[in-house]
Amino acid sequence: MKRISLIWLLLPAVLLLAAFIVMPTFDLIRASIFDPDFTFKHFQRLVERGVYIDVMWRTVRVSLIVAVICTIVGYPVAMFINLQPKKRQVALLFLILIPMWMSVLIRTFAWIVVLGREGLINDLMIGLGMTDGPVQMLYTSGTVITAMVQIMLPIQIITCYSAMTEIDLDLMRAARVLGARRWQALTRVYLPLSYDGTLTGLVIVFMMSMGFFITPALLGGRQDMMIANLIEFQVQHLNWSFAAAIGIVLLVLTVSMILLLRWTGRFAFRRLLNVGR
Amino acid sequence: MAVAGITFENVTKRYGAVVALDQFNLTVAPGEFMTFLGPSGSGKTTALNILAGFTGITEGDVRIGEKSVVQLPPEQRNVGMVFQSYSLFPHLTVFENVAFPLRLRGERGASLETKVRGALAMVHLEDFGKRMPNELSGGQRQRVAFARAVVFEPPVLLMDEPLGALDLKLREQMQLEIKRYHQQLGCTIIFVTHDQGEALTLSDRVAVMRDGKIAQVDTAQDIYDRPSTRYVAEFIGRTNLFEIEQGQGNGWSIAALGTQMAPLDGHGAAGRTLSVRPEKIRQIGQGDPDASIVFDARVTDVVFQGDHVQYQAVTSGGAPLTFQEHRGHGARLQQAGDALRLGFDVADAVPVQNQ
Repeated sequence: MKRISLIWLLLPAVLLLAAFIVMPTFDLIRASIFDPDFTFKHFQRLVERGVYIDVMWRTVRVSLIVAVICTIVGYPVAMFINLQPKKRQVALLFLILIPMWMSVLIRTFAWIVVLGREGLINDLMIGLGMTDGPVQMLYTSGTVITAMVQIMLPIQIITCYSAMTEIDLDLMRAARVLGARRWQALTRVYLPLSYDGTLTGLVIVFMMSMGFFITPALLGGRQDMMIANLIEFQVQHLNWSFAAAIGIVLLVLTVSMILLLRWTGRFAFRRLLNVGR
Repeated sequence: MAVAGITFENVTKRYGAVVALDQFNLTVAPGEFMTFLGPSGSGKTTALNILAGFTGITEGDVRIGEKSVVQLPPEQRNVGMVFQSYSLFPHLTVFENVAFPLRLRGERGASLETKVRGALAMVHLEDFGKRMPNELSGGQRQRVAFARAVVFEPPVLLMDEPLGALDLKLREQMQLEIKRYHQQLGCTIIFVTHDQGEALTLSDRVAVMRDGKIAQVDTAQDIYDRPSTRYVAEFIGRTNLFEIEQGQGNGWSIAALGTQMAPLDGHGAAGRTLSVRPEKIRQIGQGDPDASIVFDARVTDVVFQGDHVQYQAVTSGGAPLTFQEHRGHGARLQQAGDALRLGFDVADAVPVQNQ
C-alpha cells in the first residue's frame, strides 16, 4: 500500500479533533481577547489579583502533590503485581480497576459518607471515646488530596505496571549473579527500566489533576478552590470572556508544567544511572 | 585466577510432588569443562540454577571449592553466568554492561577501565564500548554477555544454553570461541545444553541427564563409544539396537541378525541390548577383511549426504537397520533393493542396559 493512501486512515480522527478540539480552542482564545473589542484586560485581572494567583498556584501544587503521592504509593504496588505469577497478576489488576467502574462523582460522595460529621470515621472515633465531638475532616485540603489520590491511584498503578511488564525479569537474576544485592538490582536495573513509564504515569496524573472539578467542589472548602472551580464560578456569573481567559491560562500552565516535569525527569534519570560510578 | 571445583552431594530438589533433581551426585574438577546434557525437564537447568543461587535445594549440599554455598545468595557466590537470552542490560552501553560486576565490587577508575577493555578485547569487541545492546547482532550480544560474565575473573562460569538463539554457522564459530576462552581463562565451566553436538565438541566431560538423575557421566568420546544405557546410546548420535538373548552355552544369540556371538563381558544378556553405531557397520565383499559378525541385508532407502551416504536396510531376520558409508575412495552407491553382506567388529558393539 502506498503511503498516500495510508494517510486516509487518520481522516476520521483528524476531522474529530479539528471540529471538537482545535476549533473550540481558537474560539476560546478569541473569546478571551475580544470583549467585544480587542483587549488584554482579562489576563491583566488574572495576574493583578492575588486571589487568582493563589488559585493557580494551589492548582499546580495540589496536582503535583497528588501525582507524587500516587507515584510513591502506586510504584511498589505495580511492582508487587508484576512480580506475581501471571494468573494472579490478572486477578490483582482486576481488583485495581474495579473502582474505575464508578464515576468520580460517586467516589467523591463516598468520601462524604466516610469523613462527614456523622460519617464512619467520626462514629468510630466517638464510639471508642477517642474524641468528644466529631472532628472536622470534610472541607479541608487534606481531604481533597486524599480523595484525589484515591481516584487517580489506579491510573498510576496501571501505567507503571504496563511499563514493568516490558522488563525481562531474567535481567534481575543476571544482576544478582553478577554481584548485586536485592536493592542494588532494584535501583540499577528495575528502576531505570521502569522509569519512563513511571514518569509518564506521573505526568498523566498531574495533567488530569490540573483539571479536577468535582472533588475540590464537594470535599474542599472555600480555601481549596482550583482553577476548574474558578472557571465554573465565572461562567455562573456570565463572565464568559474572563472564564475563557482562565481556561487559556490553565492550558498554558498545564503544558509548561508537563514540559518542566519531563525535563526534570530526564535530568533525574541521568543522575540515577550514575549511581555507583 | 583462583579456580575452584564443584561438588553436588546427594542434592534433591522437589517442587511439591515433582522431583526436579533426585539424589544428584557429581564432582567437577577445578578447570574442567563439564556439560549437562539432556532434554527439557531432565533437571539440567535446575542443577545450574542451584549453583547460581536462584533455586534452593530440598536436601543435600553444594560446594564451590571447599565452601558450602547452600546458604549464600547469588551475589555472594562469585560465579559468572551467561544466559540463554544474554540478559544484557538494555539501558546501559556495552562498556557499562561489562563494567557492571566490577562496579559492584568497588572497582573504579583506571583499573576498571583496563579490565573492561581487556574483556572486550578478548571477545574482539574493543570498538563497541559505546554501543547500546540493541545495536548489536546476536553473536555480538553473546560475546558481550560472555565478557561481562568473566570480567571479574570468577572461579566458576555457568552457561545456560548460550548458543541456543544463534543460527548454525554462528553457533559452530562460537563453539570454537568458547573453547578458546576456556583455554585462556582456565576457569571451571558448567555448560547446559540439549544439543549433543555442542556437548561433544566442547566438553572435557559430559553428564547425560534424565529425570533429575545422571544417566552417565564420562568424556565425550566414552559417552559416544561406550554408552552405558540404551537411553544414552539413543540420545547421543544415532545407533542400531539389537535384542540379545542367552543362547546355547553361555553365548549370546542375536535373532535380528540370525547370528551367535561370544559374550562380550562377564554379564549375562538379560536386560541388555546390543548397540552398534551406523558408521561401524560396513559392507563385506571380495577383498575386504572379514568382520566378526556378518549378516545379510537388503537396502530399503538411500540418503545421500555429500561426504557420506546413509543407508536404511532390513536384515534377513526382518530387523530395520541404519548404516553409513564414507565416500572417500570412490565407493559405489548402492540402490534400494540391493542385497548386501554386512558386518561389524565385536569391539564396536556395546551391550547397554535396557533403561
